[in-house]
Amino acid sequence: MSDLNNMTAAESAATKAAVMNQVPGPEIEGQSPLHHADLASLAKQGPKTSGVHLRELKLLGHLTLRCNPANADQLAAVERVLGVALPLQPLTSSENGNYSIRWMSPDEWLILVPGLETFDIETKFRDEMPGHYSLVNSSGGSTVLELSGENVVELLKKATPIDLHAKSFPVGKVVSTLLAKSTATIRRTGDQRFELVIRRSFSDYIWLWIQDASLEFGLVVEA
Amino acid sequence: MLRINCPFCGIRDEEEFDCGGEAHVTRPENPANLSDDEWSHYLFNKVNTKGILLERWRHTYGCRQWFNMARHTVSHEIIEIYPMGSFPSFNGMNVENVVKEVEA
Ligand SMILES: [Zn+2]
Repeated sequence: MSDLNNMTAAESAATKAAVMNQVPGPEIEGQSPLHHADLASLAKQGPKTSGVHLRELKLLGHLTLRCNPANADQLAAVERVLGVALPLQPLTSSENGNYSIRWMSPDEWLILVPGLETFDIETKFRDEMPGHYSLVNSSGGSTVLELSGENVVELLKKATPIDLHAKSFPVGKVVSTLLAKSTATIRRTGDQRFELVIRRSFSDYIWLWIQDASLEFGLVVEA
Repeated sequence: MLRINCPFCGIRDEEEFDCGGEAHVTRPENPANLSDDEWSHYLFNKVNTKGILLERWRHTYGCRQWFNMARHTVSHEIIEIYPMGSFPSFNGMNVENVVKEVEA
């Protein structure tokens, strides 16, 4: 068997890991971990203006990529698949349309893609990536919340020790940290907009926490 | 509360980290050949210095990377953070002796 680190893309593809399409098609309804909260109905009933807005970016494809940032062939393959380079600088992100990549650790990235494209992109990685790497579809383990509004920083300040001032937390920055004692990967996507990748098993807790912590600002749920 | 400078993420609060115990403790190569005393010494007997202690830490809720830290166990001063597989470089302490003491 050839050395894992020196395998060509073709050799890697030949040893293809067991890959399955976790989302067979749009005709089979997926349910997010916040399905029971019925955010769509709340969005119709609730207030339309307030200091904090919440939206679930549900059923996205979450791909965890681990590879060698010093391997130029792997970096080029990622760019061929996603049309954007891996963010190598710690705590940064990059995006191309609906594809976004978050730095998670020196050799790990979290890629979010539209749910129905997940399998295609995973398959492309299997065809393109040379050498030793790992790609895991972790879509079922997390969900994504988007918090925005003029009081969003004040809200997050209640929950995380991270400095959210724009000088130390500019748009595009990513941190993995604690959010109300649960884990979250927080990315700033606008002056007053943040994306939280949270564990599915904690999503109900975080949803309850957000409702409680936003009482003083008001909360708009968006569908 | 310590403020710890993760080599990758920068300064973060202690609650994002876990301490992995004393650093530079070498796992015996053939545990099956050890007596119970020798094995329990490896598992449980630590130097637990009152003073500067070399420890392993992990940025568990951030980048999940391990690193070493030289920390004063009384003042909680963090003297140095250095990579896994290396020794601290600061002056004022005979690191080789500390490592020997841990391994003895
Ligand atoms: Zn870190």
